[in-house]
Amino acid sequence: MRVKSVSLTTDLHRPGSRGHYARAFRGIVWRELLRFFQQRERFFAALVRPLVWLFIFAAGFRAALGLSIIPPYETYITYDVYIVPGLAAMIQLFNGMQSSLSMVYDREMGSMRVLLTTPLPRAFLLVSRLFAGVAVSLVQVYAFLVIAYAFGIELPPMGYLTVLPALIVTGMMLGALGMLLASTIRQLENFAGVMNFVIFPMFFASSALYPLWKIRENSPTLYHVCQWNPFTYAVELIRFALYGEVNLFALAAVAGLLTVFLGAAVWAFDPAWGIRWRKPQA
Amino acid sequence: MLQSTNGERNGGPILAVHDVSYRYGARRALDHVSFELMPGRFTALLGPNGAGKTTLFSLITRLFDTREGRIEIAGLDLKANGSRALSPLGVVFQQPTLDLDLTVRQNLAYFAALRGLSPTEGRERMMRALDALAMSERIDERVRALNGGHRRRVEIARALLHEPRVLLLDEPTVGLDVSARASIVAHAHRLAAEEDVALFWATHLIDEIAPEDDLIVLDRGCIRAQGRAAEVMRSHGAANIGEVFALLTEGSAECELNL
Repeated sequence: MRVKSVSLTTDLHRPGSRGHYARAFRGIVWRELLRFFQQRERFFAALVRPLVWLFIFAAGFRAALGLSIIPPYETYITYDVYIVPGLAAMIQLFNGMQSSLSMVYDREMGSMRVLLTTPLPRAFLLVSRLFAGVAVSLVQVYAFLVIAYAFGIELPPMGYLTVLPALIVTGMMLGALGMLLASTIRQLENFAGVMNFVIFPMFFASSALYPLWKIRENSPTLYHVCQWNPFTYAVELIRFALYGEVNLFALAAVAGLLTVFLGAAVWAFDPAWGIRWRKPQA
Repeated sequence: MLQSTNGERNGGPILAVHDVSYRYGARRALDHVSFELMPGRFTALLGPNGAGKTTLFSLITRLFDTREGRIEIAGLDLKANGSRALSPLGVVFQQPTLDLDLTVRQNLAYFAALRGLSPTEGRERMMRALDALAMSERIDERVRALNGGHRRRVEIARALLHEPRVLLLDEPTVGLDVSARASIVAHAHRLAAEEDVALFWATHLIDEIAPEDDLIVLDRGCIRAQGRAAEVMRSHGAANIGEVFALLTEGSAECELNL
């Protein structure tokens, strides 16, 4: 048997240096953005949904719904202006759920295997991959805001900048929630199930479409549901950030939920999960 | 029994699997599996579908947690050292893992970044690996435009970018035509012989194994035989590997090692 000596163990196991982490992180985000831009239909599909809400739903309700002056608004606003933050959060909700599900289920299992066999901590890889999904959602949200601006829905100029950190935090929180759901709930086998049981209830039972005070007037029960809905806090954080303000309560809620969801999602993530429920492979 | 860390330094095995078992619920997938891989050797893991080959690969690559037994890569215990122990490992999975919408270059650049290579270093190694597999001219083509054999070559080139000491290939020739298969098998043998890489080649195709290769026969989660392929044939009075395979996989479900 031909045996050659190999180099010392220390040479073989170069621990992940800071540069390694940085390169891997950049690579993961770069790949996700590249994939997104090369799938143009995905880009347009992501924009159609909020634009339909903005230009059809909001246009119809514009006259029917009167909104009083509530923070962060300093003057009367039209309904289409009101729902912009909710629609930005909706883009992130869809993107986060879709991206996270694909991390856990078979659709991306191939590329996830490549990622997970990288000699870096699994938590770092999963967080990087989550952030890559958020980077994609940022492109979608800004494209949406630009189109909205082009059709006369103007926000404070600085708001386009101040909303960025809020979008990163909310995107991470929603992505982590998606990953946690996908890792732990066996019944959510496809995206349609998630739409019906997670995305739509979260979106409608929040402050995305109506202010909470208006909901309370009509249904105190629904008001309490909205108060317990993480999506409400994501919407409010974005709403205030778009006007250069920080809603501290929403920020604390989103940051706290992000910590809990992310910790639980990383802990619950198991590459063998999808396989365990199916017929075992060779 | 392999001694941790020192074995590899003294020219011992680069990968050692000790008494590893794994279950999917009540079903036993691997039962007290033990073997070692040596640098510069081509080791074939031969087993029928359902033998436990992919499960074994998933354990070695840490996709599954090793609950029973121990796996050491270059002397480092996989469980104790976590992802760090995966550094010397290159993997070609059974399922395609390339991104079809990206070009060959983009796929490889992504992997180079994951392995911490600088862009310059990544580019150089990419060209070297693709040259060796006669794929450098296709570097700017989308993977979707490549045929199955060429995609496999790109996956092998990718797995070699970080110059691994162990290369795991899980049924890499499934679905390929005869010439593509022959070319990939030949390249894998060259890698072992010339680059001192320990090649671990899972297959159920007996014609991919040469008599001078190391052979591990896995069936229903048990190792039925291991050693130099020619020796395994001789010890079983078989004229070829096909006969050995039939002899060893038609027996009882109980684990008996037939050396």
